[in-house]
Amino acid sequence: MMKETEIKKLTDMVADFVGHIGKKLPDDVVAKIEELGSKEDAALPKVLYETMTKNQSLAVELDRPSCQDTGVLQFWLKCGTNFPYINELENLLTDAVVQATFATPLRHNSVQTFDEYNTKKNVGKGTPTVWWDIVPNSDTCEIYAYMAGGGCTLPGKAMVLMPGAGYEGITDFVLDQMTSYGLNACPPLLVGVGVGTSIETAALNSKKALMRPIGSHNDNENAAKMEQLLEDGINSIGLGPQGMGGKYSVMGVNIENTARHPSTIGVAVNVGCWSHRRGHIIVDRDLNVTCDTHSTWKFEA
Amino acid sequence: MVEIRDGKKVLVTPVSKEDLKDIKIGDIIWLDGDLMTCRDVAHRRLVEYGRELPYDIKDKAIFHAGPIVRKIEGTDDDYEMVSVGPTTSMRMEKFEYEFTKETGVRVIVGKGGMGPNTEKACKEFGAIHCVFPAGCAVVAATEVEYVAEHHWDELGMPETLWCCKVKEFGPLIVSIDTDGRNLFEEQKVIYNEKKEAAKQRIYPEVKFIK
Ligand code: SF4
Repeated sequence: MMKETEIKKLTDMVADFVGHIGKKLPDDVVAKIEELGSKEDAALPKVLYETMTKNQSLAVELDRPSCQDTGVLQFWLKCGTNFPYINELENLLTDAVVQATFATPLRHNSVQTFDEYNTKKNVGKGTPTVWWDIVPNSDTCEIYAYMAGGGCTLPGKAMVLMPGAGYEGITDFVLDQMTSYGLNACPPLLVGVGVGTSIETAALNSKKALMRPIGSHNDNENAAKMEQLLEDGINSIGLGPQGMGGKYSVMGVNIENTARHPSTIGVAVNVGCWSHRRGHIIVDRDLNVTCDTHSTWKFEA
Repeated sequence: MVEIRDGKKVLVTPVSKEDLKDIKIGDIIWLDGDLMTCRDVAHRRLVEYGRELPYDIKDKAIFHAGPIVRKIEGTDDDYEMVSVGPTTSMRMEKFEYEFTKETGVRVIVGKGGMGPNTEKACKEFGAIHCVFPAGCAVVAATEVEYVAEHHWDELGMPETLWCCKVKEFGPLIVSIDTDGRNLFEEQKVIYNEKKEAAKQRIYPEVKFIK
């Protein structure tokens, strides 16, 4: 294959995957929504879950995006330094988003700041958002793709606490967001909590936390314990589907953490809505692709 | 008019004040008839600039939403609804009292709660606010039978007034009723109490700084 052909193949692959995640939720979200729905017995949450489930099957049947807010596309890359397309990757992701925008179709969600006009292509200066992790001596590339909605994961909240506030302060910060910002972010939520040394490290950790599968746990024992405590605590508030009351509030709480300066505790909360449209693919040097989030996705070049 | 169909309570436009009398917060209802999309700029035009709406919504329903529509092939000016989900109603809160007073709208549909202006309007003029489940844009689109008229197209696709004919549009969860009771506000009191209790349970377990 000529390099051009290969780049086109990778672009088509990403565009196809982006279109797919707009119409079909990942396997873990589907299973969790089904589980939470089956545990409700009051009439209101039951009707809401039924409507949400019906919406997802209609989206596939009619081949339309399941929520009208198809978000801003955000990519988190774990790219090997020997991945043959590392140089082309960032441009190719932009091309893939434009392609998916017209093929799917996606809503035009990119407004140039200060000039204040909608580009009508869903891409602009710095969008799609791309975060890079470079992996030395690897020749594969992992791509997380996320449709970040205007009411859920884009707003988020972060602050830097004083160490005196401790993990009790983190608890307050997370729970207080749930009855304000979280309530309007279309529960049941996947809650991403980032802990770090500063505003931006905590914020990025909270976004990465949302990429982790539902039901997975932080490697650190204390952090994993706190995930469970927060999950049980937020569930006990009983936000229910759409924030209108029910037995549960969240699909899970994922914490990602990095070290901190002795004088600071950075904390951030970032929520994924029930329509948590994120996907993960692993591409090798020959452009063979595997996907561990969507058993429903098959790519044919 | 109110009809009961297979156990479903369906409001059929025109809706009177009387029709809404027995509908309370937390009830699940459906809607037949006229539903016009109407959001930020349309509210501002009416309330701040005193412009009259080009479509009469007295005793009818509005939807806080910005849809994706598609022109029907072979027609000049006919559109179909592809995807239409509610947007955050709270943005319209500051206009909703005046808006309801001026237009005589009966049913306001959106996402999330609204505040005291809307409560007051619902109580004084006999109207309700309902929530359509967010993220369910395909369900909503398939419950639109057709788009009868559209106005103020210059505002662009999301802000255009799309005057839809809907059939069993819902489920709609009543969040403010004609007594002015507000489901989200009442729920919030309960949520906050439970939240404080949860914090007290967590604190002793997270003393990682020793
Ligand atoms: S929060 Fe999620 S489900 Fe709700 S409207 Fe936004 S993107 Fe859609």
